[in-house]
Amino acid sequence: MVSRHNLSHAFEIKGGDFGKAGCVSLEIKEILRDLGIDPAIVRRAAIAAYEAEMNVVMYAESGKVVLRLNPKVIRITLEDQGPGIHDIEMAMQEGYTTATDQMREMGFGAGMGLPNIKKNADRFELKSKVGKGTSYNIIIHLNPEGGT
Amino acid sequence: MTLRDVAELLKAEVIFGKQHLDEEFELAGASDLMSDVLALSRPGILLLTGLANTQSVRTAEIVEAKAIVYVRGRRPSQEGLELAEKNKMPILSTKFLMYKACGLLYGRGVRGMGDR
Ligand SMILES: Nc1ncnc2c1ncn2[C@@H]1O[C@H](COP(=O)(O)OP(=O)(O)O)[C@@H](O)[C@H]1O
Ligand SMILES: [Mg+2]
Repeated sequence: MVSRHNLSHAFEIKGGDFGKAGCVSLEIKEILRDLGIDPAIVRRAAIAAYEAEMNVVMYAESGKVVLRLNPKVIRITLEDQGPGIHDIEMAMQEGYTTATDQMREMGFGAGMGLPNIKKNADRFELKSKVGKGTSYNIIIHLNPEGGT
Repeated sequence: MTLRDVAELLKAEVIFGKQHLDEEFELAGASDLMSDVLALSRPGILLLTGLANTQSVRTAEIVEAKAIVYVRGRRPSQEGLELAEKNKMPILSTKFLMYKACGLLYGRGVRGMGDR
């Protein structure tokens, strides 16, 4: 049963490694699915993680992802070393992007990632220090009624 | 509609997933923008795209698409194909361009991922 699980998994992401981009999120998805978590919740977590992972690959130098699970919530944190975001409010807006042509050719860079993370998460905190890096904190409740 | 019907209708080559051709789906979505697929798709859609990179397979897997149809004769990269095999994600390839492929499916009653 899911409620018995308290787990923590760590993963590394390399910035600019487009060949591997998304691997961590697929792994997270597999872990959550194998635990028997509600497929709709697994899907939301996977989408949010994937958007965040793509951002680390596209914009940062390196990153660390930690997946934590307790009986109530899935928590996915990503911390990267990179340029940071100077205006978070602007970055959160639909359509805002600094993606390059290479990223667009890969099907990304529509400026929909951060809004999509917000849509799929129950709570999404984004913090950043310009010149240092960015941290994502994504929380998804395991029970629809919520309660963190 | 089944994947077999899709292969027939779009005269598509089944690159992977011959054993899954009897599986059914209800909705389809078409985009070369994986961002849009991630934001708008629903579980179990047939995903039509002209973007045949590994990312398209990873995206299809994340959103739980039923299968991928590459248009304009595109074929998956070796890595994309391996990922599709690992995740049992059927891949079809049609010579038709996006417009015609979508039109044929729509004409047969397949509705879009954005429709109710
Ligand atoms: N980890 C990050 N490091 C630096 N900048 C980032 C990071 N994540 C997001 N951003 C900035 O926020 C913008 C919006 O991100 P997002 O909504 O995911 O759209 P997109 O990735 O399509 O540009 C990005 O274009 C980028 O400028
Ligand atoms: Mg993004």
